Amino acid sequence: MAYSEKVVDHYEHPRNVGSMDKDSGDVGTGLVGAPACGDVMKLQIKVSPEGIIEDAKFKTFGCGSAIASSSLVTEWVKGKTLDEAAAIKNTDIAHELALPPVKIHCSVLAEDAIKAAIADYRKKSGQGEDEAEQAAG
Amino acid sequence: MTNITLARAPGQPIYLDYQATTPCDPRVVEKMIPYFFEKFGNPHSRNHRYGWEAEEAVEIGREQVADIIGADAKEIIFTSGATESNNLAIKGVAHFYKDKKDHIVTVVTEHKCVLDTCRHLEQEGFRVTYLPVQTNGLIDLAELEAVVTDKTAIVSVMAVNNEIGVIQPLAEIGAICRKKGAFFHTDCAQAVGKIPLDVNAMNIDLMSISGHKLYGPKGIGALYVRRRPRVRLVPMINGGGQERGMRSGTLATPLCVGLGEACRLAKAEMGAEGERLHMLRDRLLNGLKARLPEIYVNGDLEQRIPGNINISFAFVEGEGLMMGVKDLAVSSGSACTSASLEPSYVLRALGLDAEMAHTSLRFGLGRFTTEADIDYAIGHVAEAVEHLRAMSPLWDMHLEGVDIKSIQWAEH
Repeated sequence: MAYSEKVVDHYEHPRNVGSMDKDSGDVGTGLVGAPACGDVMKLQIKVSPEGIIEDAKFKTFGCGSAIASSSLVTEWVKGKTLDEAAAIKNTDIAHELALPPVKIHCSVLAEDAIKAAIADYRKKSGQGEDEAEQAAG
Repeated sequence: MTNITLARAPGQPIYLDYQATTPCDPRVVEKMIPYFFEKFGNPHSRNHRYGWEAEEAVEIGREQVADIIGADAKEIIFTSGATESNNLAIKGVAHFYKDKKDHIVTVVTEHKCVLDTCRHLEQEGFRVTYLPVQTNGLIDLAELEAVVTDKTAIVSVMAVNNEIGVIQPLAEIGAICRKKGAFFHTDCAQAVGKIPLDVNAMNIDLMSISGHKLYGPKGIGALYVRRRPRVRLVPMINGGGQERGMRSGTLATPLCVGLGEACRLAKAEMGAEGERLHMLRDRLLNGLKARLPEIYVNGDLEQRIPGNINISFAFVEGEGLMMGVKDLAVSSGSACTSASLEPSYVLRALGLDAEMAHTSLRFGLGRFTTEADIDYAIGHVAEAVEHLRAMSPLWDMHLEGVDIKSIQWAEH
């Protein structure tokens, strides 16, 4: 199977590979996927007091499309508010990277990773519970 | 050994996928050429010289095929390839003996064309036993002996597995089948020309052979069908009654010539070539082990053809790795490209976890593989694995001492 140029570029020159301290209060971590399925993504975001994503890092076990999807979203989320980042859709990722149909799940996983990282940050900073209470109330 | 080299165009990867197919040896091509134009006759034409010279060429090919497996030329049926041979052997025997016997025994790691044939026969009402394999990829002979009964028409066990290269104990299987009165069929697509085979010493009743796996042309194979004691088949292709009525259709003279010559060369060079490949494979494995921790060989290392090695690179996904080793043409046990996302059923049958099955690469070495190819491959693979481990969250967990099996993963 031939990969798109953008997938190859992200695979060969992945952006923002790395880890941040998952116990830090301003870091949210999302770990999604499963080794048995051949894809695991870890996405971390560092959020400013103003609620802006200042930095993002990823580590991914998976095929080239999974690596490219996670690399791409670290670029996209930087500078965004949490709500803006949460609005990133897998279809945007798939479109940007020209993923073939069998690789759509990679973009779904990347979207899940953003949402998981945001949820983790909100839970830590107490926002998650507020929202849950609001929803329940 | 040959001094012929396989030229590569700029950007063309090094070919290390000899279990998928092999190049047709130029010496084979040369023998085939005259039978396309100058000697184009129908080998079944009995009335003129055109037919006679084609028939003579086909019969020489048949003898050469027979010779490499210790058979008589009369016992060789030309087919389109090993898939057809496997279909003909299993369906042909099952159908012919169906009034007396309704049971088939095969193995879970067989090629899809054997497994799918057996599934098809199950739908027709036959019973099929799929033997498991041990963690080294070999069957347990006691288990085989226990399942073969007087209702078993045929036992089909491949000689060499296409993914992990392991060699099943053919002589022992043959002895069990003979004792129990079941025919023994073996898919030898990956074995002919790689390991010594003898249909009599091994009590093999039917054997499938492929042309393009042994440096012959694609589109031809053969089925060995024993004459004493006689094995009978219901043909799948009806027509003019060629090939003792078992496979009608005009023979493709150049392909028969090519398969024969490929067998002749393989037999002549098997010993020296086997040693050379064994040395190259050890060099590859040792070179990779010296560079990379946490790599594992899949399948038995001793009972294996010299030209195959299948390695799991823990914490690195196979398809991602294949993208990294773009200067090599190899295969992965990860089936991420398929819609199912299921990793190799062969590796799973060894008891490998799905995550380990996802991390495997198959290296197939062959006649035109050089030491320089292997040395390049070692460095290239090691770099790609290191690059990917540096971005693998599972590798981090491993370094931190976290057991990835202890984590509750959300299966997707």
